[in-house]
Amino acid sequence: MRFSTPQDFNQYISSLPPSAARRLWVCGGPGCLAQGAEKLLLALRNEASKTNKDVSCQLLAVPTGCLGLCERGPMVACQPEGYVYEKVKIEDAQEIVVETLISGRPVSRLCQDPKDPTASNHPFYLPQKRLIMRRFGRINPDSFEDYLRTSGYEALLSALSIGPLEVFSRVENSGLRGRGGGGFPAGRKWRACKDAIGAPKYVLANGDEGDPGAFMNRSLMEGDPFSIIEGMTLGAYAVGASMGYIYVRHEYPLSVERLKLAIKTAENFGLLGDDILGTGFNFNLSVIEGGGAFVCGESTALMASIEGREGQPRVKYVRSVERGLWEKPTLLQNVESWANIPLIVQHGSEWFKQIGAPNNPGTKIFSLVGQVKRSGLAEMPLGSIIRTLVEDVGGGPQKGRTLKAVQTGGPSGGCLPTSALDLPLDFDSLPEAGTIMGSGGLIVMDNLSCMVDVARYFTLFLKNESCGKCLPCREGLEVAFNILDDLCCGRGQTGHSDLLVNLAQGIQDSALCGLGQSAANPVLSTIRYFREEYLEHEEGFCRAGRCQGLFLVKIDRDKCNGCGACQPVCPAGAITGREREPRTVKVEKCLGCGACLTACRFRAASTERKVAGV
Amino acid sequence: MLVNTPDFDKLALGEILDPIESQPANLLPMLQAIEGRYRYLPKEAMVEVALRLKIPKSRVFAVANFYKALSLTPKGERIFTVCQGTACHLRGAPSLIASLEKALGISLGQCSKDGRNGLESVNCLGACAMAPVVTVDGEVHGAMTAKKVSELI
Repeated sequence: MRFSTPQDFNQYISSLPPSAARRLWVCGGPGCLAQGAEKLLLALRNEASKTNKDVSCQLLAVPTGCLGLCERGPMVACQPEGYVYEKVKIEDAQEIVVETLISGRPVSRLCQDPKDPTASNHPFYLPQKRLIMRRFGRINPDSFEDYLRTSGYEALLSALSIGPLEVFSRVENSGLRGRGGGGFPAGRKWRACKDAIGAPKYVLANGDEGDPGAFMNRSLMEGDPFSIIEGMTLGAYAVGASMGYIYVRHEYPLSVERLKLAIKTAENFGLLGDDILGTGFNFNLSVIEGGGAFVCGESTALMASIEGREGQPRVKYVRSVERGLWEKPTLLQNVESWANIPLIVQHGSEWFKQIGAPNNPGTKIFSLVGQVKRSGLAEMPLGSIIRTLVEDVGGGPQKGRTLKAVQTGGPSGGCLPTSALDLPLDFDSLPEAGTIMGSGGLIVMDNLSCMVDVARYFTLFLKNESCGKCLPCREGLEVAFNILDDLCCGRGQTGHSDLLVNLAQGIQDSALCGLGQSAANPVLSTIRYFREEYLEHEEGFCRAGRCQGLFLVKIDRDKCNGCGACQPVCPAGAITGREREPRTVKVEKCLGCGACLTACRFRAASTERKVAGV
Repeated sequence: MLVNTPDFDKLALGEILDPIESQPANLLPMLQAIEGRYRYLPKEAMVEVALRLKIPKSRVFAVANFYKALSLTPKGERIFTVCQGTACHLRGAPSLIASLEKALGISLGQCSKDGRNGLESVNCLGACAMAPVVTVDGEVHGAMTAKKVSELI
């Protein structure tokens, strides 16, 4: 069916039959899929068809977008009651179908709090504001009808009546800032592209989410693909573009599949392609699968990759909004930025500005991972305090550990100490503290994380991903990595820290692209806040117990309750002691691997300096 | 190093490449299609791509060499991939790599002599809550330990 006028389409939307009275949703986010969500879905469908054949088609268990709390997956939600179940097993399928799907009663034992089956007071969800993720848990991402039932394409319909200029001014006035990392005002990009001379114009979506520890874009592309497509259609309408591409990371095959299917559906209904809804507006959209290169997340490298070349950035003396893809005016935004556009066009810029902080309107999806109790995706108003995210949403550090640092902004971001936990998460406060917002990755580190090792890890990543075009990044990172490796392997020397700072500043000042310039951030921010640890490494000591051979383990006899958890994990058999009695470490046998430190939940095992001669 | 495949099937190559329009922008999609079929880029296939797109062989090689998703040497039939994302690193990915290297008798990035097993790493699979993660032929296994890894083999 192809709609030839907006009226036809409107009529179709209002005549849609309501969805099934009660639906079970199996979370289809990356974490739950990894924990067997697909098998669970099959089991639920199977049970549903067995128990009541008359209504089985109404009682579908459908995969939905990410429910967020990945740590407790696979998760199941029930609409309209809103029950949320955690760690659901295949054996639970029958009970869920009989109790919840048919009778509408909660299965309390699967709820985090049996008294609160809808998890409305769950600390993970309470501080969140779910706008971009509003459809997650409510729709089947592949279903066009589900999208329409949840106000989908209302923004495009109103856009076609208010005209491209009004769409543009709503976005410009909203103050939306790019969600891909830089926080550049979207309105300025849109204006430049709108005013640029040249045809055809392109709109691009950046779905090349390469930051390790980040999966918000993946969840968005897999959880609500139509919202990205609608956002891009609105963008193309406002700036006068006729072609668009979504560049998706090679490692995300499901994202590619879902976006392709959604584009095909939109084309079939006349919402993409030539003469959209009979208005004479043409917009063709396709998906490009990346080749597995981190640097392709950089705007000019991404365009080079679409053109079929190596993804190397270029110097931006000519901005890509004027001459970008194939030398034509090009508007590139992150997929999350695009998903904001339908909301802004539909509800207006004033509404949008009320959310978040001054100069930082709207929400941002964060992926909260690392050494924290509850990992997952959380959508917070911009300007939320880091502590809220780490301690309330994430539940703080794991038992027996203490918080040490929070890393934001992906590999080119920086580490903040606990003293910075009361900073607001927005595009202006984080750079002042020496890190960046980036695309929203937030990695929590505890006392067992060594900050020199963390800097080494990120520098290795960036060194391997350097495209090799400019010298400071290509060679500078190599040298920085070698020094960091020396520090972590006991070859540290006095003065290494200062040398690293000099080198890192050199890279920051002279690299060609944004990724190269920010590649020094991990080193600079860790030295800025954790210099003591660097100095200790120069002397051959790692307090975190992460760098092998750079520490001794001692067990505090007062704190050790004799649980014995450390004994079986020791590969050298260096830990001795009787049942329920404090353990001791035989120094001469200890390899310094740190396995016992990880195993101890009572803070009894700790590190101390090696004494010369031992 | 480029590898010739003795029993290279040119017909099959046509089947893969014919549906893709022969324009230079489709260089990466073409190479990805070849990689998907042969699990690496045979030299003959790369030459064929250069001919079809009327571009220098050097450019095909440059692109093939640049992207991680493309390989110039054959990959194992069964591929173990250890995620090296930040969350996985913090939760012990390096020791998983060490135990897989030991168990498979190959080092990271290699393929066993019989072509059966390959060991690779990936920067992040976006399944961080399940860290550390290992995939076997794309199937994700979360919360891995050295012991669970040996069970996978």
